[in-house]
Amino acid sequence: MQHSNFYTFKFIGIITIVASLLLALASTQLKELQEFNVELDRKKNILKCIGKDVTLMNADAIMEEYKSNIRNVILKLNGDIAANIASENMESVQNKSTGQLNYFIDNVEYLPAYKSSKPEAFIIPISGKGLWSTLYGYFALEKDLNTVMGITFYKHGETPGLGGEVEKKWFQNNFVGKQIIDKSGKMVSIKVVKGKANDVLSGDGLNHGVDGISGATITSKGVSDFLKRDLLRYEPYMKNNRTN
Amino acid sequence: MDKKAKAIISDPMVDNNPITKQILGICSALAITVKMEQAVVMSLALAFVLVCSNVIISLLRKGIPGKIRIIVQLTVIASLVILIDEILKAYLYDISKQLSVFVGLIITNCIIMGRAEAFAMQNNYKDAMYDGLGNAIGYGSVLIIVATFRELLGSGTLFNYAVMPASIYLENGGWYVNNGLMLLAPGAFIILGLIIWVQRTYTHYIEN
Repeated sequence: MQHSNFYTFKFIGIITIVASLLLALASTQLKELQEFNVELDRKKNILKCIGKDVTLMNADAIMEEYKSNIRNVILKLNGDIAANIASENMESVQNKSTGQLNYFIDNVEYLPAYKSSKPEAFIIPISGKGLWSTLYGYFALEKDLNTVMGITFYKHGETPGLGGEVEKKWFQNNFVGKQIIDKSGKMVSIKVVKGKANDVLSGDGLNHGVDGISGATITSKGVSDFLKRDLLRYEPYMKNNRTN
Repeated sequence: MDKKAKAIISDPMVDNNPITKQILGICSALAITVKMEQAVVMSLALAFVLVCSNVIISLLRKGIPGKIRIIVQLTVIASLVILIDEILKAYLYDISKQLSVFVGLIITNCIIMGRAEAFAMQNNYKDAMYDGLGNAIGYGSVLIIVATFRELLGSGTLFNYAVMPASIYLENGGWYVNNGLMLLAPGAFIILGLIIWVQRTYTHYIEN
């Protein structure tokens, strides 16, 4: 059946309008729920990295726990706390080649962090390149700002079973209790070694290294690199506030 | 359900399976079959899109101008895919995070375009629905079979529950190591090839 040009235009016009109306409707209806999910996932990961078991908590419990326990801290680059600043206006800019996030309020760079009161912890966001993708997560230190309380990754696109193991308990648990400061007082971060930490490292080194992921050398190295890079940015604050 | 409907549904399950017979939709069969959970959700998402697109296109088929029929089909399919992506993000956030781009890539899944062009454009909406359902089951079952092997051999789990006893693993003093190849695309190729081999031996199908 041959249709006129006018009919063709009319038909595709109607299809387009119906489809776009439907999608616009779905998008606006679901937007709130989706944003809530993203926010919930972020909060869940912050709680997870200070050692809370979030697997059995429902959304309300997570929100409640977060509200009562975690507060935002905004730091200046020199390590001072920036008081009276509205964190809602914070914009993040990503370095495309390293995956590092820089945060700005009114074009001035700041460092966002979180403090937990029970248990007392200092939490920073971490991000950087693995093999295929940028990994995003949180890293928590105990109140001595030296001992690791936990690490989580809430977003990554690494190969499941290989680099994707970063999201697994066995990998993240290895960080707990390690220290980012060596004997001489230098910030050495935590190194993800190639192979088992026990085979590669000895003495004090064991306090600053964790097992690597076999088959995911580049992801492991990426985690080492960006963890150190992000920790160095917060080091001015941590140095001033470290209690020994 | 009459005989014809049954035939329409059952045909694409084995004899005309979109993956093993027509070798369509391979990219997603390779990409998201590492874990059962992902394979199941992906199959359901594809089933939703395939059934709805078949029904809608079949209902519209008499009005669709021949010159732009592919564009109309794509518009319908793309809209449905965006819809299911939004729904997953709202209600199954964790899984949608894992499936990431692959939900969006259902748009380019040849099975859906293929069924729209080859079946829905010529048949009534009921038959089109059965056809969509049959193909979705055919696709989903292959995905789930591949995922079963890959998750079991690659991670030692099924639906994230440990199946392999922990004591047999090398790090616990045993002899067993998970097969890393199964986690990569080549592992899926091998499993899929074996499935196709078994099926063709059984159905005596020879490509000409």
